[in-house]
Amino acid sequence: MKRGSHPGCRPALGCCQGPRRDQLQLLHSPRGSVVRWRGQSCDSQQDALLAGIGVLTQDTLWCFSQVKGTIEIGATEADIISTVEFNHTGELLATGDKGGRVVIFQREQESKNQVHRRGEYNVYSTFQSHEPEFDYLKSLEIEEKINKIRWLPQQNAAYFLLSTNDKTVKLWKVSERDKRPEGYNLKDEEGRLRDPATITTLRVPVLRPMDLMVEATPRRVFANAHTYHINSISVNSDYETYMSADDLRINLWNFEITNQSFNIVDIKPANMEELTEVITAAEFHPHHCNSFVYSSSKGTIRLCDMRASALCDRHSKFFEEPEDPSNRSFFSEIISSISDVKFSHSGRYIMTRDYLTVKVWDLNMENRPIETYQVHDYLRSKLCSLYENDCIFDKFECVWNGSDSVIMTGSYNNFFRMFDRNTKRDVTLEASRENSKPRAILKPRKVCVGGKRRKDEISVDSLDFSKKILHTAWHPSENIIAVAATNNLYIFQDKVN
Amino acid sequence: MRNLPGFWIPKDVSWEKFTKQGTQGTMFARGLKRKSAEDGEDVEGGLAGAQAMPSYSLQRQSLLDMSLVKLQLCHMLVEPNLCRSVLIANTVRQIQEEMAQDGTWRVVAPQAAGRAPLDRLVSTDILCRSVREQEGERPAPDAGDGHTPDLVPGLATVPSAQALRNPQSSLWEVDSSRENRGGFQKSLDQIFETLENKTSGSVEELFADVDSSYYDLDAVLTGMVGSTQSGHGSGLQAFSPATAAPPSSSCRSDLGELDHAVEILVET
Repeated sequence: MKRGSHPGCRPALGCCQGPRRDQLQLLHSPRGSVVRWRGQSCDSQQDALLAGIGVLTQDTLWCFSQVKGTIEIGATEADIISTVEFNHTGELLATGDKGGRVVIFQREQESKNQVHRRGEYNVYSTFQSHEPEFDYLKSLEIEEKINKIRWLPQQNAAYFLLSTNDKTVKLWKVSERDKRPEGYNLKDEEGRLRDPATITTLRVPVLRPMDLMVEATPRRVFANAHTYHINSISVNSDYETYMSADDLRINLWNFEITNQSFNIVDIKPANMEELTEVITAAEFHPHHCNSFVYSSSKGTIRLCDMRASALCDRHSKFFEEPEDPSNRSFFSEIISSISDVKFSHSGRYIMTRDYLTVKVWDLNMENRPIETYQVHDYLRSKLCSLYENDCIFDKFECVWNGSDSVIMTGSYNNFFRMFDRNTKRDVTLEASRENSKPRAILKPRKVCVGGKRRKDEISVDSLDFSKKILHTAWHPSENIIAVAATNNLYIFQDKVN
Repeated sequence: MRNLPGFWIPKDVSWEKFTKQGTQGTMFARGLKRKSAEDGEDVEGGLAGAQAMPSYSLQRQSLLDMSLVKLQLCHMLVEPNLCRSVLIANTVRQIQEEMAQDGTWRVVAPQAAGRAPLDRLVSTDILCRSVREQEGERPAPDAGDGHTPDLVPGLATVPSAQALRNPQSSLWEVDSSRENRGGFQKSLDQIFETLENKTSGSVEELFADVDSSYYDLDAVLTGMVGSTQSGHGSGLQAFSPATAAPPSSSCRSDLGELDHAVEILVET
């Protein structure tokens, strides 16, 4: 409603009372008009403001839900989260850290008492997946940092996941135990063997309830198959095989066989001095168990079909966007290096992340992506500084939402970005302790690139490049996201009305 | 740096010159001023626009230096990231390609976009060696390539080095732009000074020698001119200039010092 156009409008005071004067107020400001709920306190006023905007624009409003991890600034490096992954139902959320630990959170059942709060994630299991090792032949340490976790679809009461560091993949079984057998004949209650001569009667052992215990056991260890650092693992849709990719090779494993793997891609040149390109990420097609893609440091994606030959060095499809000559610089190749590749849930599209953009590709069109989204183009003029401090080599991941309509990726200063593919709207949000009040709506952030900086904006030079969001995850069916900010895990949900 | 099995060494980068010297320092001191390459976009807040912008070749050279240091600065305990090494090595090659092109074409304002393909990559070894050649050639600038074999008697030569003498040697003189305070050892020190912490004072001191004769025809003929125009295309971005002023024709190098330094390098 325009100023002065409705009864009760007093534009001189900066606000006016609309027809529903007991509830809503229409505020006029130089930036436009917004709706606010009248009579509310300042904090909730802002929330209401945002809610109002959300209502008007039909954007999803994201609220803080939980944060896991320590608050103090001097947290150890071992606590830095290095991977985040929901399982296929979204009931479990796994994180891996630099110290080789895996922490699994489980969503609690929604209670009828607290309708407004959707199930919270609480710690379900914690275990040490990988330990640091030393390669005596090369005199090198092998880091225990968990590079990737991938869940297997649930087939029985237990949960299975793959976790990997640079060299070794492990299959973990996470199972619950809430009953324990009692009344053994040959063992006493402490488990000590009884002297058979003392046994005079027989009894049938019974299962008695006990406190719930969640135990994680390593069921398979897939080792010694990778000379270079593993960057990706991907479970095949046949649920019998999976692949692990390092810088130069991709191996196919059967879950049951740990002492053998098939090499399906090998880009190692005969003379290592001629190496100019490495594999950066790989993933199986979600439905076609014969297809997979892998991305390279030169910004290309190859789709391979395992039916074509045993060694898939020759691709079926080759995706590459022609370079824009006007943007060419010495850093062009580095920023074109793809850090993550993900199939859409539909299997129709792939999404790639390079340093400055996220791109969506149609599998049927190889010569260019169908959509390109700028994540933080304001960094383009800072590439040399980012090269100097090595930030240009940061590997950001990207994720699809459950319906493939929104994509999300991280940035610096604990910012993360979401792009709605349908409405073409995007938003920048921040994972920080300041926004950590329960159900507080996240305020969109904006980076100012030059000229006058508005009050809420942050200038490019004030960005904290040590606070980078590399790993995020999206619940498979709901609007719940997990964002890893260094050693903290933030969980955000969309606003429940 | 020890050549451990499993460490990937990029092609064409010679390590000898870095092994003995201290390379523990960071690449560029924080104190160095940063310049925007284009349009005076001094959004970094109060950078000295008064100081002349370093030329494109200087910027490119310092990017090359930075890259070379990055390649060999690696955590000795953990295997270095292969992807990062490959990307940096490719950047180094790219710079070298362009430098080679500049040398073969003309010395003033090379093309901003659209590089013609180059059939040969020039190794960094040549680049560094040619700095010494340049020093050595200073006493007789017209001697041209004749000096080349004498200057590096004991060094393991990259086979293509000899072949690339002629057209490219002027390139190296063009682009190496080292301040000559007497010889080979000094210029080596300069390389390592570049790579370690440097005070801004010394940078200014180095820039004080910028000479207008840089652009003279005479200078061109003696191969002592550098390419001009800061803000020269290709989008080379802002960074701190760490290399020195263009060569001054008044300096002469001492061949005795040169031999001495060569001995150190060869590690006999």
